[in-house]
Amino acid sequence: MSVVEIKDVTKRFGETTALQGIGLDIEESEFVSLIGPSGCGKSTLLRIIGDLIQPTSGSAFVNGKPARQARIDRDYGIVFQDAVLYDWRTVAKNIALPLELARWDRRRRTAKVKEMLDLVELGGFESHHPWQLSGGMQQRVSIARALSFDPPLLLMDEPFGALDEMTRERLNMELLRIWEASGSTVVFVTHSISEAVFLSTRVVVMSPRPGRISDVIPIDLPQPRTALTREEPRFFELVTQVREALHLGHESDRAAVAPA
Amino acid sequence: MSAIALERPRARGPAVRRGIGRAALFVLVGAALWGFWEGYRWLWIREGWSWPFTVTDNAMPHIHRIFQALVDHARPGGVGPRLITILTRAALFTAKEAAVGFALGAVLGFALGVLLAHFRILQRGFLPWVVASQTVPILVVAPMVVVWLNPKLPGSLKDWGAVAVIAAYLTFFPVTISTIRGLHSADRKALELMRSYAAGDWRILWKLRVPAALPYIFAALKVSATASVVGAIIGELPSSIQDGLGGQIINYSQYYTIQPTGLWATNVIAAALGISFFLIVLAAERIVVRRAPENIA
Amino acid sequence: MTTAPTAVQPVPRGGMARLVGRRLVDWLPAAIVLVGMTGLWEALTRAFHVQDFLLPKPSAIASTFWSTRSELWSAGWFTFQEALGGFVLGCGFAILVAIVLARWRVLGSAFMPYAIAANAIPIIAFAPITNTWFSPLDKSSKISIVAVLCFFPVLVNTLRGLTSVNPRAIELMESYAAGQVQIFRRVRIPAALPFIFTGLKVATVLAMIGAVVGEYFGGALNALGVQILTRARVADFREAWAGIMLACLLGIALYLAVSAVERLTLRWVPSTSE
Repeated sequence: MSVVEIKDVTKRFGETTALQGIGLDIEESEFVSLIGPSGCGKSTLLRIIGDLIQPTSGSAFVNGKPARQARIDRDYGIVFQDAVLYDWRTVAKNIALPLELARWDRRRRTAKVKEMLDLVELGGFESHHPWQLSGGMQQRVSIARALSFDPPLLLMDEPFGALDEMTRERLNMELLRIWEASGSTVVFVTHSISEAVFLSTRVVVMSPRPGRISDVIPIDLPQPRTALTREEPRFFELVTQVREALHLGHESDRAAVAPA
Repeated sequence: MSAIALERPRARGPAVRRGIGRAALFVLVGAALWGFWEGYRWLWIREGWSWPFTVTDNAMPHIHRIFQALVDHARPGGVGPRLITILTRAALFTAKEAAVGFALGAVLGFALGVLLAHFRILQRGFLPWVVASQTVPILVVAPMVVVWLNPKLPGSLKDWGAVAVIAAYLTFFPVTISTIRGLHSADRKALELMRSYAAGDWRILWKLRVPAALPYIFAALKVSATASVVGAIIGELPSSIQDGLGGQIINYSQYYTIQPTGLWATNVIAAALGISFFLIVLAAERIVVRRAPENIA
Repeated sequence: MTTAPTAVQPVPRGGMARLVGRRLVDWLPAAIVLVGMTGLWEALTRAFHVQDFLLPKPSAIASTFWSTRSELWSAGWFTFQEALGGFVLGCGFAILVAIVLARWRVLGSAFMPYAIAANAIPIIAFAPITNTWFSPLDKSSKISIVAVLCFFPVLVNTLRGLTSVNPRAIELMESYAAGQVQIFRRVRIPAALPFIFTGLKVATVLAMIGAVVGEYFGGALNALGVQILTRARVADFREAWAGIMLACLLGIALYLAVSAVERLTLRWVPSTSE
């Protein structure tokens, strides 16, 4: 059974068509990246999977359920580009927030928060407030929060987009480790080609106006991926393949809008 | 793409239709408020409830009677000018005081803000007293201000000039606070850019800090616009200045038991004056600050 | 919402003593200014033989303040009760209404123009009317005008705070399938607190002034505003000024009390400055 199933989804905002006839299946334990230039609707697609916005037509299913039911059942965790931590809550209380909403008792919450802090290597920062953390640390807290209730699906919207290259590569490794340890499925929005190739089992290339899927590229790099993966010839081949797919999509877009 | 995703889907009908819709809603809510007033009146009078206060025709006159009073002759028997003529004249007098006070307060408030923003030590020393200055019950100080200033004022400014100073006193405060905040709000990178051009403090102030502060300053000016009207009315009250709205308020509050609509009508005009001042500043803001509206605290 | 990422900073811990200590240093320039200004006032009134009806000497005001402290205090307390009652009533109601208007946006956008217009009205002019609703001697007449005065700034600020939350912070709550009650309790209200306190601080200043102005149109003999007026009328200017001083002090006290609550409540904010 597919974890995510998108059937002929179209989304319009007023007169703009953000997504046109999208179809996509994501299997269990896959790591799928959505990549494309600004305006291709990749974040919109992610939000449709999360039922944060509704498609104009078509439908999205998560775990075989309509997206809305999956949201109510708390089947996914989400991470945004900015960490969106609640300033008035400490690190520990930020991670515990979804657990409070799911009515976990205090003892279970405390244990789980500790487990998550260890997972993202932030032990000892429980009682810090978000503004006392660096950008990378904030984003790790945000990931810990998204994973705290063991959702089978993790949605990530350019989570490392605002971080420097070094932090970004370190968090990429950390994310892969967490992904392997938790066995969850990840849908990852990015506009970094190398990040998409390095992390994913499959890269979905999208193109704008209207947003559509222009190519799907399976990434056959061996698991587990390491720092050395980035230096393999196959890695560069795949990066080139994704880049060319992106340019192709971009050119067809140019052709479409170019005056006759 | 994220911009699209964030934007709440908005109905994008023709602007005209939306405008009409908004106007209709405005009228509808106004009618509902009117209905609430009349309903409350009716219920409290019928049931004879005395909490929180006993409602009588005097305590809460019919809204239509208040507006009726405006167009009626001010004195019984249909003689003399209509009430609205008298009140408009008074409102114009108060508007003159308030406008001069507003201009005075805005300029002084801005200058003080620039000064305090530039010298941190002055800010530490004076800002708490700027805040404290607003707790002075200006109403009871007003007569003394008139006594102080009148001998020094030229004939054309006598009396109302002192009231303008009182209005300025209430006006300057929000402007100072927001100017300080706004001047500090300039983007650090933009500041560094100015430094890279070897711009001096004075140039940075006018080319960068003040433009950055404008939205803040206008937010304050909107508050000050009302404050200046309040200041003018309050200043008139104890200064025995009869020509303005403050004088009319004293006058009609003395006759409240026999003619309650007079005081209500005066307050309607005072409200209209306050709102007009606010709208003028709002219009000025629209012209001067041509930027995306921001949320500023 | 989350402020610009900064390097790891130590948690500002340390006892109350350190907090007070730092505060004292912060307040030093203000204290110097106070002493300097009072000294200048004293010197100028002496040098130019300024008469009492213009401006009494601060030393004379202070000694009058001290010698009449018990009467002053009972008058001040009376008026302070009116101010505080109106403040609590007006602000509480404003916050409730703001929550309702933020929850049902249609209502909010319908009433907003009226709230903004009402905020631009010189409400103080209604003081003689509330005096006739209740007896002028009754505290309720002042409490009600103070409540109306406090209502609109708090309403406008609170509504702005409740509705200007980072949209992603709301999306996140929706991703947890949180209901509106949860979203308000855990996100909108905490996020609005800095705005609410801004409104409350404006209201503290209005509250004391509103009570005194209300008393100007008639009030109990034992009310501070009435006391100041009658003293000034019988040319007892030192006592009038002592009363004015007390009114200021009470207004400042209310302001500082709200600021203190703000500082305790908004501990998470990096700098609760201003």
